[in-house]
Amino acid sequence: MAKMTKEEVIEVAHLARLAITDEEAVHFADQLEAITNAMELLNELDTENVEPTTHVLPLVNVMREDKSIEGLPRETVMKNVKEHEGGQVRVPTILD
Amino acid sequence: MKLADKTANELQELLHSKELSIADLTEATFKRIKELDPKVDAFLALNEEQATKQAAEMDQADTGERSPLFGLPIGVKDNIVTEGLETTASSLILKGFNPIYNATVVDKLRAAGMVIVGKLNMDEFAMGSSNENSYYKNTKNPWNLETVPGGSSGGSAAAVAAGEVPFTLGSDTGGSIRQPAAFCGVVGMKPTYGRVSRFGLIAYASSFDQIGPITRTVKDNALLLNAISGHDEKDSTSANVEVPDFTAALTGDIQGLRIGVPKEYFAEGVSEASKQAVKDALKVLEEQGATWEEISLPHSKYALSTYYILASSEASSNLSRFDGIRYGYRTEKAGSLLEFYMNTRSEGFGDEVKRRIMLGTYALSSGYYDAYYKKAQKVRTLIKQDFDKAFENFDVIVGPTTPTPAFKIGEIIDDPLTMYANDILTIPVNLAGVPAISVPCGFDNGLPLGLQIIGNYFDEETVYRVADAYEQATGFHKETPQTWEGAAQ
Repeated sequence: MAKMTKEEVIEVAHLARLAITDEEAVHFADQLEAITNAMELLNELDTENVEPTTHVLPLVNVMREDKSIEGLPRETVMKNVKEHEGGQVRVPTILD
Repeated sequence: MKLADKTANELQELLHSKELSIADLTEATFKRIKELDPKVDAFLALNEEQATKQAAEMDQADTGERSPLFGLPIGVKDNIVTEGLETTASSLILKGFNPIYNATVVDKLRAAGMVIVGKLNMDEFAMGSSNENSYYKNTKNPWNLETVPGGSSGGSAAAVAAGEVPFTLGSDTGGSIRQPAAFCGVVGMKPTYGRVSRFGLIAYASSFDQIGPITRTVKDNALLLNAISGHDEKDSTSANVEVPDFTAALTGDIQGLRIGVPKEYFAEGVSEASKQAVKDALKVLEEQGATWEEISLPHSKYALSTYYILASSEASSNLSRFDGIRYGYRTEKAGSLLEFYMNTRSEGFGDEVKRRIMLGTYALSSGYYDAYYKKAQKVRTLIKQDFDKAFENFDVIVGPTTPTPAFKIGEIIDDPLTMYANDILTIPVNLAGVPAISVPCGFDNGLPLGLQIIGNYFDEETVYRVADAYEQATGFHKETPQTWEGAAQ
């Protein structure tokens, strides 16, 4: 049974771009440990010679003709942007 | 008979004979929603102004050219984008988001002449089995307001059960149409993966997600699947296969049908009432000329773990798009760009979503990828092969939809593993990608139970034929929650 530590949860949260408090990390560590332990049930199975399934339908590389198609108008695309200026998305200062 | 109890055909007859106009029907629908929804809490945004305008225009259209769904009201799960109508996937991170295009299924509903009345509550990003993970509200089960409607399409199932609207769309990744349909005593279909376009469905786990119809009767369900099915070049995983008229399959004839009944679906944890209801249903099907045999789907017990590894991994990737830059919730506390992303996401997502993002990130991270993600993909193959093998000898596979009827609100919300186990009988179907329906098959202490009928790839017709034959022989679909006696028609 694998142990999930608070430090591991903080590391995973960082990779997933989630801010997390120490208290939350302890809480999630317990839950994620229980879940990953339950998942170790799969180790019972010998899958050495089994091909992985990424997709259930026999579809491979669905392509369309290589020609340009007009996208949505810029004005429409900006409708849900909190702040924009001159057709550009405005974000908080990221460099001092 | 009340308007709220009528089928598509019965409503259509009233519209054709001019006893009822589309404007009247739309008005009556909103009246009933406003009376009942403060108790049920199924709806999020309502589309009253647009729908009323559309209905008045449609009354002017030539009656000769109407499709069987023309003028009928429908509610849409809130993870399906609707142009100009707020779509949040029940998450704070999408509060106030007004889509700038329609999902393909929404365009298809409009083309069929349906009137979209509003958006339906769900577990945030379709992650959950009780609707308790919605940021906005807890939807209640119309059969008992202290119990959950199931999830994640809980609003879609509850709205139909309460007679607020005769049609809804849900989405099913691990049981999210069938489980709430079972809990609410309505008919819910998860079509074959690829049957319905996912374009405009806010992605949770892309190799599993599928949109499907929730209705009161099997025939109405087939009518709605007719309207939304078909290949879509905007969804490269949609299948280019012919779409039959699903209602033509409802012949009532199941003579000689071969049913497989997996012994694993009657294992520990499945309630006696659920088992008994399925045994009774098998008798009904036998009386109509079907035969059944016990079979084994030997890898069923591995389905839950396989699903949570794969679905969480796909979710961790899909949900990385929510960064607060181009749309959606944006934090006010940020010094650096990294803090901006991290605060936006941790403030905007709920706990279950965070849990699955972290689980998926962990399963995909260096050093764990082979042990979790790749292993689960291999076990997925074994589970798919179980079904392939069973369908060599059987036309359908039948069992309970859920291990138990609806549970109380708040009862298991703090215990993720117990919550996940709700989907133990529905998840294998998503791993394989085959179609399955849940139809009402009885009650346990006044709460509905569901019968699950699973079919082979792209054979929704046989699933519907069996479901319809069963429905015609029983009366469960005619039962309605007593809570609403005397409510607006």
